[in-house]
Amino acid sequence: MDTSIIVEDEHRDDEGSKLGMWLFIFTELLLFAGLFIVYGVYRYLNPEAFHLAAQQLSVSVGTINTIILLISSATIAMASSSIRLKNKKLTLILLISTLVMALIFMVNKYFEWSGKIHHGFFPSSDTLHTLGNGDTLFFGLYFFMTGLHALHILVGVVLITIVVVRVSKNTLTDENPVLLDNSGLYWHLVDLIWIFLFPLFYLLT
Amino acid sequence: MSQQEKTSSHVSFRDYKGKYKGLLAWILSTDHKRVGMLYLYSIITFFITGVCLGIAMKLELIAPGKTVMDPATYNAIFTLHGVIMIFLVVVPGLPAVFGNFMLPIMIGAKDVAFPKLNLLSWWVYIFGAIIALSSLFMAGGPPDTGWTFYAPYSFKTNTNMLPAVLGAFILGFSSILTGINFIVTIHRLRAPGMTWFKMPLFPWTLYGTSWIQILATPIVGITLLMIVGERLLNIGFFDPALGGDPILYQHLFWIYSHPAVYIMILPAMGAISEIIPTFANKSIFGYKAIVISTLAIAFVGYFVWGHHMFTSGMSGTALYTFSFLTFLVAIPSAIKVFNWVSTLHKASIQLETPFFWAASFLFVFMIGGLSGLALGALSVNVHLHDTAFVVAHFHFIVFGGVGFAFMGAIHYWFPKIWGRMYNARLATTGWIMFFIGFNTLYLPMFFLGISGMPRRYYDYVERFHGPNIVSTIGSWVLFIGLFVIIFNLIRSAKKGPIAPKNPWGGKTLEWTVDSPPTLENFEEIPVVEKGPYDYS
Repeated sequence: MDTSIIVEDEHRDDEGSKLGMWLFIFTELLLFAGLFIVYGVYRYLNPEAFHLAAQQLSVSVGTINTIILLISSATIAMASSSIRLKNKKLTLILLISTLVMALIFMVNKYFEWSGKIHHGFFPSSDTLHTLGNGDTLFFGLYFFMTGLHALHILVGVVLITIVVVRVSKNTLTDENPVLLDNSGLYWHLVDLIWIFLFPLFYLLT
Repeated sequence: MSQQEKTSSHVSFRDYKGKYKGLLAWILSTDHKRVGMLYLYSIITFFITGVCLGIAMKLELIAPGKTVMDPATYNAIFTLHGVIMIFLVVVPGLPAVFGNFMLPIMIGAKDVAFPKLNLLSWWVYIFGAIIALSSLFMAGGPPDTGWTFYAPYSFKTNTNMLPAVLGAFILGFSSILTGINFIVTIHRLRAPGMTWFKMPLFPWTLYGTSWIQILATPIVGITLLMIVGERLLNIGFFDPALGGDPILYQHLFWIYSHPAVYIMILPAMGAISEIIPTFANKSIFGYKAIVISTLAIAFVGYFVWGHHMFTSGMSGTALYTFSFLTFLVAIPSAIKVFNWVSTLHKASIQLETPFFWAASFLFVFMIGGLSGLALGALSVNVHLHDTAFVVAHFHFIVFGGVGFAFMGAIHYWFPKIWGRMYNARLATTGWIMFFIGFNTLYLPMFFLGISGMPRRYYDYVERFHGPNIVSTIGSWVLFIGLFVIIFNLIRSAKKGPIAPKNPWGGKTLEWTVDSPPTLENFEEIPVVEKGPYDYS
């Protein structure tokens, strides 16, 4: 049989890639939307318990994490611009600072979670069962939703790490910045979801 | 495009030699046609598994009392039958097989927008299938909740719910990835000149389906994840003992799972809309009406989930609204049926097997659709809820509608996919047996349901005995028909006479390329000037 290899022409469609990314982000928002509905229903059914339980969360830690995520969103957006200005060094600095901030966020989260678990506020703990159904649901939702969000942070970290490696190897330049742009979009999504989680759990007391 | 070597451009995609050899050349190929074939072979395998489980259920029901299995086994079997058929067969069914294979060719593209993502979605599909089916072989036994995983039983039962639920979640991912891929493909890769209203109807229905896939699947994803959380962490989302609400689970589940019915049926309608004009040698009647009704079904289909829960406890207003919307969604489906029938008016019809499937699709789809209206009426629903009538209704839609369209599509596109013709006499014999078997199997269940036989019971009282025997015999006839069809297709794929480019006289773009198509489908991307069904 014919063994000559067809040279496949490189198909590249940056617009298409971004469209795909936007659609994917849409599905992620819907994923969390399901949880927001569940949160809404149970808050409506247990207003008092949710009100009291929310006071257990530290507003200052939540605020710090919000600020960290907002700045990290800014740095990755700036990385998208700096790669177009062919400034590789600045791009790398911006990307790595995004990663560092993601790390700080996770460290904060770790201390926050372990504090809660230490005090007995975790799903199916005895403390919660004695407190009642509203508290059980509040902390169940808290761990489930922030946990799922933290999982998204980790996925974002992996994505941005790939981008860092590719930028430093010069396989991602101002010629083909779409992977960086899409990672940025994903990171903004992670940020956006947090912006909803923060008032729902920390501020609505 | 200039650097393309023309030397091997006429090698079929099946013979094309890439980087890998043997099986790897298939399971690592990003060619949309090979990915489509991978889906086809996996789906057929799961389908046969599901059919065997169904036959086993019908065998149990041939007589009252214990016939061949105990109640627990029966519960496990109807759950597995549902999980396999819904999540592994009909949801991916037409879009993943014929969508992958035909969509790029029908819109004049070389591949889908994201070929690697496409291959990934097949791998995710297989991974999800393995996880879901692993529940069979673990201690504790397969799940026994039914495919709906209703709370609170789904986190109280000691059977292996976790793998089944996680598997369904992973399969949802695969479905979303395919949906995103198709939407971007349709937006970005239509051939020059192919405006939206010059696009054939099968791609149109895939477009509608893809939107439902990406808009509805995340909801069931998070719901299944909540069941996982419930089982692992005992959070209490849907557990009344912990303040949760099981009805909320049903809402979240059906917000996806009702639109999922339209994920299944829309591409089936698309395939029928391709088959009918081709064999009628006539332009389809009311092209735009079909397009708009496709989008209308995709849209209104979101707002009818409550009709699965008429007896679960909802406010009167909610009941009336859902019932009204259910009647509303029947209108666009009926418009399509009228369009297909009108296409046949004064047409010179070629009586080939795909046409028989399409015609019988109309027959069973109408029975399925009209019985759906009976169920959508509130008072009737209370009487028929959870009876064999419901089972008959959705098998007429899902197996009758989608299954018949799938069979029609596989015969219609068989010459294009395998480059050979099937044996028409055997194919028609298979169709007749399948059609008779199908109706013998499911029609008695309507009567059983009306007279009060509940679904999901392994046993029944003596007065239901007669129709159940008929139904079981029907399942055997259907099985033999299926065997004839599959045997014929496998034999013809190897030994059938070589197929020409356009054996049926179709007008859409897939009939302008080689049978089977070459790796890149088109030597030159075509320029489209006419509508898709231009028989003038």
